Amino acid sequence: MSDPMVIVRGVRQSFDDRVVLANLDLTIHHGEFVALVGASGSGKTTLTRLLSGLQAPDAGEILVPEKCTTVFQEPRLVQSSRVWQNVVIGLQKGSATKDLALKALDEVGLSEQAHAWPATLSGGEAQRVAIARALVRRPQLLLLDEPLGALDALTRLNMQALLSTLCAKYQPATLLVTHDVDEALLLADRVLVLISGTIAHEVIVESPRPRSMSKALEIQRLNILSLLGVITAGTIE
Amino acid sequence: MFNIGVSMLRAIVGLAFGAGVGFLLGLFSGLSKIGEEFLDATLQMIRAVPFIALTPLFILWYGVGETPKILIVAFATYFPMYIATASAVRNVDRKVVEAAKTFGIHGPRLVKEVIVPLATPQILTGLSLSMVFSVLALVAGEQISSQNGLGFLFAQSQAYGRNFEVFTCILLYACMGLVAATFVNILQRFLLRWRKGVAVR
Repeated sequence: MSDPMVIVRGVRQSFDDRVVLANLDLTIHHGEFVALVGASGSGKTTLTRLLSGLQAPDAGEILVPEKCTTVFQEPRLVQSSRVWQNVVIGLQKGSATKDLALKALDEVGLSEQAHAWPATLSGGEAQRVAIARALVRRPQLLLLDEPLGALDALTRLNMQALLSTLCAKYQPATLLVTHDVDEALLLADRVLVLISGTIAHEVIVESPRPRSMSKALEIQRLNILSLLGVITAGTIE
Repeated sequence: MFNIGVSMLRAIVGLAFGAGVGFLLGLFSGLSKIGEEFLDATLQMIRAVPFIALTPLFILWYGVGETPKILIVAFATYFPMYIATASAVRNVDRKVVEAAKTFGIHGPRLVKEVIVPLATPQILTGLSLSMVFSVLALVAGEQISSQNGLGFLFAQSQAYGRNFEVFTCILLYACMGLVAATFVNILQRFLLRWRKGVAVR
């Protein structure tokens, strides 16, 4: 965990008069899983857009590896291509083989749907295709922009386990943007709390994986929630 | 029979030409701001000129051969295709295009593999409208300056008061319309298989 994959220095971004990111610094190392939590409108999505190159910052410096892929909140599949074609859409013509697509789909448990049209998939299935599509490029940086936010609670738990396994296997530098504090604590090595455009706190999560909600994590959870200004009723004895 | 063949051929060549140009101009206008600024007002102006008004001009310029008839058909058919393509391309889900960009798809590949396939439903609507106009333009073009073709037959029958032949011509035009509709239907079945789960019907 020595070589940094992402370096963000002094990034500033505003829309009209509203400052969204103010002097933000961030470093993510090779193979590290970082989660970014923050309230709605705190600039989480803007940061991922900057990192994926969809937008240029007003000021500051952003260094990201060349191979960077994103999983968005919605699957964003190309409806007019079959599932397997969607998986290899980002690859060069020669390497975009069906074989490769089937292998990637197998990893997310969807090899049987390879020939289906995206419109026939359920929300969870479509999102698994999106994950396969992101990982098939063997990214050095994987951006997860609330990838499980639109899924139901049961599917979400399965998908968390899937993400955890796949990230451990391929070791990309990962940035998970989420508003689900539990999810952040279960998956990440480090949880960053974004408040009004800067990273206000950093929480290191050291529990061994696979994790479930332990007492130690519960304390960290309440800690982060109070940083985010959520008033919680329960207290820990 | 010969007359029908000649007319069909004129309609098809003119339509291919007109719809092709309309498609390309629509892509240009739909994809780039410059294209829209540059083309849209001009094309709207040209569209406002009825194609029938151009028939004498085309005959003056190109004589009474095949060229003016094909040009009239092309002139009548480019616009529905243009407007459908431009708006279809503009309406493709921006989020999907954005996602494709983050996966390294740019330029011609983005247009060919993502934007045009997703815009196809509306583009086909434009095509079917263009087909209707192609038959319409053909009637006008062939009635004025022809020695053969369905429009010529129509004008002759009318001049000699042959009711039966007039009716036959009208029926044949209707059949051409049916053929056109069937063609678009087949295209839709083939190109829009992916929409089965999306469309209402």
